[in-house]
Amino acid sequence: MIFATNPIQRPADAKLLVVDGSGVITHRLRRHWLDCLRPGDLVIANDAATIPASLSGRHLRTGLPIEIRLAARRSLSPTDVECFSAVAFGPGDFHTPTERRPPPPAMDAGDVLELGPLRATVTRTLGYPRLVDIRFDGTPDAIWAGLARHGRPIQYSYLAMPLALWDVWTVVAGPPVAFEPPSAGFVLDWQTVLEMRRRSIQFATITHAAGISSTGDETLDARLPFDEPYRIPRSTARFVEQARRESRRIIAIGTTVVRALEHCASVYGRVVAAEGTATQRITEATTLGVVDAILSGVHEPGTSHYRLLQAFADRTVLEQAGRTMESLGYRTHEFGDSVLMERRAVSTLKRCAEDPRDRGFASARP
Amino acid sequence: MNAIDLRNPVSNPRDPLPGLRVAVTGGTSGLGAALVKALSCRGAQVAFLARTADRVHAAARDNKRTHGIVGDVARKEDIYPVATQILGALGGLDVLVNNASDLGPAPLRLLADTDCEELERAVATNLVGPFRLTKALLGALSASAREGRKALVINISSDAAVNAYPTWGAYGATKAALRHMTLIWNEELQGEGVAFLSVDPGDMDTPLHALAVPDADRAGLKPPETAAQELVDVIAGHLK
Repeated sequence: MIFATNPIQRPADAKLLVVDGSGVITHRLRRHWLDCLRPGDLVIANDAATIPASLSGRHLRTGLPIEIRLAARRSLSPTDVECFSAVAFGPGDFHTPTERRPPPPAMDAGDVLELGPLRATVTRTLGYPRLVDIRFDGTPDAIWAGLARHGRPIQYSYLAMPLALWDVWTVVAGPPVAFEPPSAGFVLDWQTVLEMRRRSIQFATITHAAGISSTGDETLDARLPFDEPYRIPRSTARFVEQARRESRRIIAIGTTVVRALEHCASVYGRVVAAEGTATQRITEATTLGVVDAILSGVHEPGTSHYRLLQAFADRTVLEQAGRTMESLGYRTHEFGDSVLMERRAVSTLKRCAEDPRDRGFASARP
Repeated sequence: MNAIDLRNPVSNPRDPLPGLRVAVTGGTSGLGAALVKALSCRGAQVAFLARTADRVHAAARDNKRTHGIVGDVARKEDIYPVATQILGALGGLDVLVNNASDLGPAPLRLLADTDCEELERAVATNLVGPFRLTKALLGALSASAREGRKALVINISSDAAVNAYPTWGAYGATKAALRHMTLIWNEELQGEGVAFLSVDPGDMDTPLHALAVPDADRAGLKPPETAAQELVDVIAGHLK
């Protein structure tokens, strides 16, 4: 698949592959994605802003250069910003793909890292040369200031220019808790949010600390996604339960929304206002209990995101979708094209039985 | 007789201020400094922004539950780091007060004698800065509205925004633009539950006023503490 190499959130020619619940595949311009929805649908986005999680500095014991990419934290609490899990790299910059970046200096617990204005201590090594737990010195305000001033968004080797924070800030971005942008949300602008209201499509948000998508270490990547804390606001929980009672579709913008809602429902039996930590993996073996459809980026087989899509559609349908996207020149990665995928059979048939005029996304509008 | 402890901000359950997440720009001088103090005394959680590190840290020490952030709204590169710190510290946002202002030339001069760079600086601080910061924080403000609060953006205005006072050209023109922008923001986003208000606090005894009118009779000017209290009342009134 082609890499999207320009950091434009909503290119006018972005493509959208629509896969409905019966496996019918259609292709359209993404800017018309709202036409695939119908009144009563509930759209849910992740409102996490992106932490500038890439910190360059020095490993003090050896004096060697190091890049730390913050990758996970215990909670979303504004004051709980001392301790992170982090992926470390040796010298080099984002132009080198992560898998070819040299390893960081060997680290032991107690080693000190000097990261611009921030100082951090390695509290634990985690069995992989690149993965450590660290603890920052200083007050939460000083840590936030250090991250905001010195940190950069995690960069991608396929982009020509470094990303700035505004490149990865979605229009609904709120608490800075994501380590990489919840990029499915790039599809949103305010015109779309207002248009949803006009069309009686409900819109709600959750906050989910989207983790890193790749570490450059195969063994480590197999462990992705890491545990991710999330928060479901009361209003969103209410919308979700109302939609479920009334058999209206729930459409997740991005994999993180699926992960949060499904995790919450698996713990409480339904979606409630809650703070939790999503620990599960969503795969072909998962039975989705809440989400009816997902709007997501174009993901390649073998990634955790692709496995999540297998919870929505059968392997044969996904393979067919992959071939179609390949032939139509779909672009992959954060700033690439999108898929809108309805969960297989069950939900569609149920909905269609209720309203024979609606037969999934593809024919929702002429 | 039972005493009411006014130092305890959570003593009045009908008061919407305790716990309210507020960001204030220009928070170490004049109205902004008084507003940070008044809000923190009422129990709000306040993140404030100003350019001078020493003054920011001193003000954060003096006011409980406040988070001082060093930055300049006129600098494009500062906006997202500032937004990250505001939202990082508060976890979200209910009220934004765009208060930081640039007078233009000081002492005031006729427009014809105003340097283009002085006008540009006033545009950057009084118009483009609030625009950028509002955009960066709008996601958080709309989330607050979706959760049933009444999200609010207050843009500090002036009578110079509506009256044509000679020598107040850079300030007056940029404040007029900000005032109009406030009205348009409000028209566009009231359906999302985010309200925009333009507030003219009146002539205050502040460093900015002293720069503009050095020989003013200070006795006739409103203390910034009074204006700040009025502003807190406006916020509380809107949220009730």
